[in-house]
Amino acid sequence: MFNLKRTNHKPWDYRKDISGCGLSGLINTNGKRVSGEVITRSIRTQHDRGNGLGGGFAAYGIYPDFKDHYAVHVMCDSKTALNNFESFLKEVTVIDQQERIPTRASTTIRNAPLLMRYFVKPDLEADNPLFDKGMSEDDFMVRMVMKINLDVPGAFVFSSGRNMGAFKGVGYPEDIADFFRLDEYEGYIWTAHNRFPTNTPGWWGGAHPFTILDWSIVHNGEISSYGINKRYLEMFGYHCTLLTDTEVVAYLLDLLIRRHGLPIEIACLALAPPFWNEVDRMEPERKKLCEAIRMVYASALLNGPFAVLFAFNGGLVGLNDRIKLRPLIAAESGETVYMASEESAIREICPDPDKVWMPKAGEPVVVKLNKTE
Amino acid sequence: MLYCAPNKKYSDFIIVRDPDKCIDCRVCARQCSYEAHVYDESTGKVFSDDTRCVGCHRCEAFCPSGALLIRQNPSEFRDNAVWKPWFIKNIYKQAETGGVLLTGMGNSYPYPVYWDKMLLDASQVTNPSIDPLREPMELKTYLGSKPDALRIDAGSGEVRLAGGFTPQIAINYPILFSAMSYGSINLNVHKGLARAAEEMGILYNTGEGGLHASLYRYGRNTIVQCASGRFGVHSEYLNAGVAVEIKIGQGAKPGIGGHLPGEKIGPEISRTRMIPIGADALSPAPHHDIYSIEDLRQLIYAIKEATDYKKLVFVKIAAVHNSAAIASGMVRAGADVITLDGFRGGTGAAPTMIRDNVGIPIEMALASVDERLRQEGIRNQASLLVAGGIRCSADVVKAIALGADAVYIGTAALISVGCTVCQRCYTGKCPWGIATNDPFLAKRINPEIAHEKLANLIRAWGHEIQEMLGGMGINAIESLRGNREKLRGIGLNESEMNILGIKHAGA
Ligand code: SF4
Ligand code: SF4
Repeated sequence: MFNLKRTNHKPWDYRKDISGCGLSGLINTNGKRVSGEVITRSIRTQHDRGNGLGGGFAAYGIYPDFKDHYAVHVMCDSKTALNNFESFLKEVTVIDQQERIPTRASTTIRNAPLLMRYFVKPDLEADNPLFDKGMSEDDFMVRMVMKINLDVPGAFVFSSGRNMGAFKGVGYPEDIADFFRLDEYEGYIWTAHNRFPTNTPGWWGGAHPFTILDWSIVHNGEISSYGINKRYLEMFGYHCTLLTDTEVVAYLLDLLIRRHGLPIEIACLALAPPFWNEVDRMEPERKKLCEAIRMVYASALLNGPFAVLFAFNGGLVGLNDRIKLRPLIAAESGETVYMASEESAIREICPDPDKVWMPKAGEPVVVKLNKTE
Repeated sequence: MLYCAPNKKYSDFIIVRDPDKCIDCRVCARQCSYEAHVYDESTGKVFSDDTRCVGCHRCEAFCPSGALLIRQNPSEFRDNAVWKPWFIKNIYKQAETGGVLLTGMGNSYPYPVYWDKMLLDASQVTNPSIDPLREPMELKTYLGSKPDALRIDAGSGEVRLAGGFTPQIAINYPILFSAMSYGSINLNVHKGLARAAEEMGILYNTGEGGLHASLYRYGRNTIVQCASGRFGVHSEYLNAGVAVEIKIGQGAKPGIGGHLPGEKIGPEISRTRMIPIGADALSPAPHHDIYSIEDLRQLIYAIKEATDYKKLVFVKIAAVHNSAAIASGMVRAGADVITLDGFRGGTGAAPTMIRDNVGIPIEMALASVDERLRQEGIRNQASLLVAGGIRCSADVVKAIALGADAVYIGTAALISVGCTVCQRCYTGKCPWGIATNDPFLAKRINPEIAHEKLANLIRAWGHEIQEMLGGMGINAIESLRGNREKLRGIGLNESEMNILGIKHAGA
């Protein structure tokens, strides 16, 4: 049976990533796809917000030919790890295509791990050791990714959603984009991250975005509530293995939105709830709702300074902590909405937006897709 | 010095009276309920009998000319690491009386205090600390069973809550006054506790002695207790507060019952406890209707039925070796709140051997219960309250970081109204007017002043908790709860850190 062994660390022996960062994201609400070159220019403007120890991107709509498959991106630190990973994956999924993730020779990106991608469908046969009767495909994929990241030494799944992918590594984001040849991809949502870690070694898995299924998170901040967010998630079978606090945001969203079925706005209210003194002044119905959210999701509250962009196949959301201790700005131009740490990063790719605004502390900017191409 | 048996002369304290300062005013003689100060009519002088002194410092505090000093008796036996004076003196006492040694308050042995071996975190550079004087700093806490997930009805366009909740209690501070029965302490102290709880938006606990008629009005801030003696338990009582606490055990005396001697049962206490005046109030060691976990479930649901499912049911146990498994059973039996009482929790009376040798530290019990409930995925189904040796706001913060929802304070509350932890509560002569029903002594506690001091204590700790939270860059108490990342051990060995679930300082 499925058993979550904690092989490499004690339950309490976790480290969290402390980093400052730059973010940028865009969504075309009509699902029109743009080249990765655009977001690269935007994040490059915020070069100084990182220190070259991490850059990454998430892109949506990039695998139209495989849009019903889960696209599993994996990094392995050795051939053995890759072999172990592959034989495991074969055992529990049906692999319809597999390939190296295309890269470009680069002078700035060194020590890249083995990078592979697989387009898979879960093998929902009864003898699949990871499968429980009645489980959804998504549940299965979450369990599989957790299992690999926990138990297959040297292998990390860093992206596992449908028709989307994460690309990340050690380096400045513009160099990472070049390395992964992102100019050759087209997506209707793009997010990008420039990292300034202070305490983690340059580890490819530690770069943003963090993903689970099609949720991807880029994050600027430090989650002071990490210790409890992590323990809360463990109650629901999520295991934080990537030595970073951002990971919890991805899993929390998956738990709240996908598994508990909460609307995005409600999930945001759980992550960054209004203060009690605001709640006390609300209409009775709304007040009851907000109280209930805080009661039930007390351990999901994200405390500490943060600005996050999270994306999924259906949209892009920007969210700040309850007292806005990290920057986030948004702009709109026609059918495209932009969000970034700095206005310059938006103006670089959209010099004259129709509207620019500063989202309020704790108030999410939710942009949903009208229809996919 | 008055005559007494030679071995009684090895008194614990000596009373030092400065003859130059003493004005023979007899204040000390009036204040000392142990009659350690005696006025000699013939000479017009006050003198003292050290052997009667319990070291409560009441006389010293009240002597108008500052003539008194109460000291540990410096007279020493021959040094011996094994036969410490404590054991020698206890044997003398028992050889004299043939009785069980009694004491009050909590475990006083020098076992490790883990609060003192844990350090808190603070923000530097990478995340900003938050100033509680400028920014909201939320301590509000909800006690009660929470569902795994929220059910939302978004069908009609407007998002609404689908379905209700089991009852919850909101408290403004994560600190409650723990169970101290009417009888073990007097009505004046109870009034002070009730009023302070009301003012601060927290709760006090009636303990097992019933609820005096005059205190029903504080129901919104009251937890009524139901212990094995079922004193003063009737339907109106069960419905008087916001919660009913089933007391299975107490940290100071796990595994044994209670005994309030008949001399303490005056008319008011008799009426409240529903027992005859002068009859001993004996609480049996177990509840005679609870011999296993399924019996507990029956009692929990009997109480829920009797209170129309409007009250929370707390279940309190002493922290013992198997607390984690027991607590898990309690949650599954339907308890809304689990109260864990560590071995440093106070009592009005306990056999000394039990107090000092049975049970485990609350820090360990808390850490293992919280972790176990999480492993079983049921931590949200009950709140976790801890008691037993919480001495300051830093202890509160550490307890919450280990996983508690809130703490109970008993001894600390009594200290705020004057108690000096002399540990002689079982005599009924508390010179500070707390653990006594003697009207002459009890009136030393003015309910209004007690109220003010208790409320001040909560207020002060609240400010300190806010400062510590702000320092960590956290602005809501729920982000501290169970956040063991905010703790580091100092001088702990590997197994201690494993159980506490924390890393060592520097790691
Ligand atoms: S028992 Fe208390 S009041 Fe009496 S002498 Fe000792 S310290 Fe003073
Ligand atoms: S309550 Fe009274 S008797 Fe008990 S320890 Fe405190 S001062 Fe002593």
